[in-house]
Amino acid sequence: MAVLNVNGKALNHSADPRTPLLWVLREQLALTGTKYGCGIAQCGSCTVHIDGVATRSCQVPVNSVGNRKITTIEALAANGTLTKIQKAWVELDVPQCGYCQSGMIMAATALLAAKPKPTDADIDAAMTNICRCGTYQQVREAIHAAAKA
Amino acid sequence: MTIHQTSLRPSSLRRPSLRRRGFLVSGAAVAGGFSLGFSTFGTAHAAEAKELNAWVVVMPDDKVVIRIARSEMGQGTLTGLSQLVAEELECDWKKVTTEYPTPGENLKRGRVWKNFSTGGSRGIRESNQYVREGGAMAREMLIAAAAAQWKVPAAECNAASSVITHKPSGKKLTYGAVAAAAAQLEPPKEVKLKDPKDWKIAGKPVKRLDTLDKVTGKQMYGIDFTMPGMLVATVRACPVIGGKLKSFDAAKVEKMPGVKKVVAIDGNAVVVVADTYWNARTALAALPTEWDIGDLGKVSSETITQMLTEGLIAPEAFVGNKVGDAKAAIDGAAKKVEAIYSFPYQHHVTMEPMNATALVTADKCEVWCGTQNGEAALAAASEAAGLPIAKCDVIKLMLGGGFGRRGRSDYVRQAVLVAKEMPGTPVKLIWSREEDMTHCQYHPITMCKLTGGLDAQGNLVGLQVRISGQSILASLLPGNLVNGMDPATFQGLMASGVEAAYGYNVPNLLIDHAMRNPHITPGFWRGVNVNQNAVYMECFMDELAQAAGQDPLAFRMKLLKPKWAAVLKAAADKAGYGKPLPAGHFHGISQVMGYGSYVAGVAEVSVSPDGHLKIHKITAATNPGHVVNPAQIERQVAGSFVYGLSAALYGEITVKDGAVEQTNFDSYNVMRMDEMPRVETVLVPTNDFWGGVGEPTIAVAAPAVLNAIAKATGKRVRNLPLMHHELKKGA
Repeated sequence: MAVLNVNGKALNHSADPRTPLLWVLREQLALTGTKYGCGIAQCGSCTVHIDGVATRSCQVPVNSVGNRKITTIEALAANGTLTKIQKAWVELDVPQCGYCQSGMIMAATALLAAKPKPTDADIDAAMTNICRCGTYQQVREAIHAAAKA
Repeated sequence: MTIHQTSLRPSSLRRPSLRRRGFLVSGAAVAGGFSLGFSTFGTAHAAEAKELNAWVVVMPDDKVVIRIARSEMGQGTLTGLSQLVAEELECDWKKVTTEYPTPGENLKRGRVWKNFSTGGSRGIRESNQYVREGGAMAREMLIAAAAAQWKVPAAECNAASSVITHKPSGKKLTYGAVAAAAAQLEPPKEVKLKDPKDWKIAGKPVKRLDTLDKVTGKQMYGIDFTMPGMLVATVRACPVIGGKLKSFDAAKVEKMPGVKKVVAIDGNAVVVVADTYWNARTALAALPTEWDIGDLGKVSSETITQMLTEGLIAPEAFVGNKVGDAKAAIDGAAKKVEAIYSFPYQHHVTMEPMNATALVTADKCEVWCGTQNGEAALAAASEAAGLPIAKCDVIKLMLGGGFGRRGRSDYVRQAVLVAKEMPGTPVKLIWSREEDMTHCQYHPITMCKLTGGLDAQGNLVGLQVRISGQSILASLLPGNLVNGMDPATFQGLMASGVEAAYGYNVPNLLIDHAMRNPHITPGFWRGVNVNQNAVYMECFMDELAQAAGQDPLAFRMKLLKPKWAAVLKAAADKAGYGKPLPAGHFHGISQVMGYGSYVAGVAEVSVSPDGHLKIHKITAATNPGHVVNPAQIERQVAGSFVYGLSAALYGEITVKDGAVEQTNFDSYNVMRMDEMPRVETVLVPTNDFWGGVGEPTIAVAAPAVLNAIAKATGKRVRNLPLMHHELKKGA
């Protein structure tokens, strides 16, 4: 058994130490909001925060995490209140299929924490997540809206 | 913040249930309800839920459950179809939620929900009539029940926002109060549908019904489904599509962590079943496997190009559209213009890789998956399980993207074949991204030779269009060929019809198709054959205009039929076409009719001296006939440019030694946010037909940009994707 610090709780898992964090979250800890899209850190669907840094969990072996703090999409509205980014996402009806949106929101959350008033160029640089439905225009608007909220 | 129909609740209450009773995915056995997919509560089948007809269930607390047969994959069909039902039902939109009937129940009830297939942008345009009738009939039954309770004529009552009012007395009853009585009544034989001018819910930019779970991580997709005792499998099929499995050495991996079983399926694939996906994947990677690919190993992109190039001049071809004598007109023309274009294989790349969960016992087969075609998935499950269709069912889950890919049921078949090897144990089969990328039904490959004749005044007097390449129907639905011809090959170029007709009046025209079918399986890819046909026709129109010394817009407007012309003009006007642009910026235009709608696009681009392309802005006009949700149409149009421009910039599947070479996003790139132009959508509905929205606009993306690039650089790009072309000055 090993322990992970996820969403403020110490959670046990029995995965092989080399298993990517993504699959430990999904298959051992039932946190399926974090998605598998590519497995090679290209698409960003698996983005979580590790000590507040947006990180693609498909390329993070679970044994490299130690006791650093992992935050997943499930923690954002844990107290029943949406974050201002989630509210902007709802207000602007951003998701289409929605599969990439957990990763988008985690990336946007880290961006606003680092740059509360991001420019379009900041957004372009930070938001490299792939969306195949093509929600990029709404994602950009929602980040600006959240920055103003 | 506005949130309809649902509220935040602990995730433990929203986990999927394993138990399925009756036919719908939700049930009332779990306290507080549970959800599968988007269904937000599971009480629609509780005793107190009253089904007024197949489409409408009303709860005692006035909640309305609208049943949706089509699959939600991001296009907004749950919301749009619900708007149409709710409009006629006269219910309170805030009380609306949705759920899927299963394809098995559809069969048992004489296909009361009709077509489940979700493709061809058909959701609203094909089912608007019968779903509105469902809403209207339910409304009439609710009014009749209230009138009976009051002992007054129904004609003295009306309904609005889930409340029935007896006009003379002012008495009121809510839908929930009379639903039980209404459910006992005979439905009216006929109902009159509202004039769209009177719509209050439909036609409005209401918010989607499925957003909240998608921003909190609670939305369950097929890949998230789980149940007690479930195992997870992953598959590797022969890397050459059509090849066979020669041998594999299960003993080498059977002792690896978590591995439960190694099986071969369909003679062309190996599967490892384990306790987790990661353990299954790790073992599969270590599994020694040999393949028999025969002569298919000799096929490459080069040999496929040779095959198609021959088709460009082959004497025999299927004629799709013919007017007058094109050859004679071109031979006698003052000026002849000729060009050869090509369009590569492309991949859908849904964000969620293919997956399905199956549970097979001696007398039952159940499947949980995202699918665009529930009834086809059911048929595939029945066949794979070897059980009668009545003993099988498919429970549809939210799709992490479809784009045509999930209209096929190959992954469902595989999941059932694996689960059949382990009776009584549920097995979730997940394809790796690499498996997904290399085993698709790809956008078909074609080439096109266009020859045009201009008279001395620059008028187009004759046009010949020879398409050479792959037929989707010949591969996937050979029964739909017409005397060997694939009519769908001519999408957007058809002589007539309400689906995808050619918009130009050309006095002498010949469009034909030399069918050439390589072994790489083709499939329906969002926009399908309209995509390449629009590139061919709309780029060549610019080439003809240039040869005629005319502006591309003016040249087109002389030839276009009214509805096609109107939408192109709307886009051009909104974009300020013809007015001065910032230095170095250029406009390119295109138009097409597809999926029953008329669309046009104007791209504003610049190309720097070192060849860097920047797409600054897209202006897109759409006439879909009736507009059901303008906000969702705008999102579909903007998203269509991401999809179409991703393909134009990067989309290319190549073949080497018979196998697809691309494996993941590192070798198959797509557009990201930094390249996304601003998209402005102009809706110009004529309110006289029902057109589709999810697909047509994709086709105008590439030609509008290619035409703008030609103006900016003088270079005419005729072969996609753009990434292979040097746009630098002097290159």
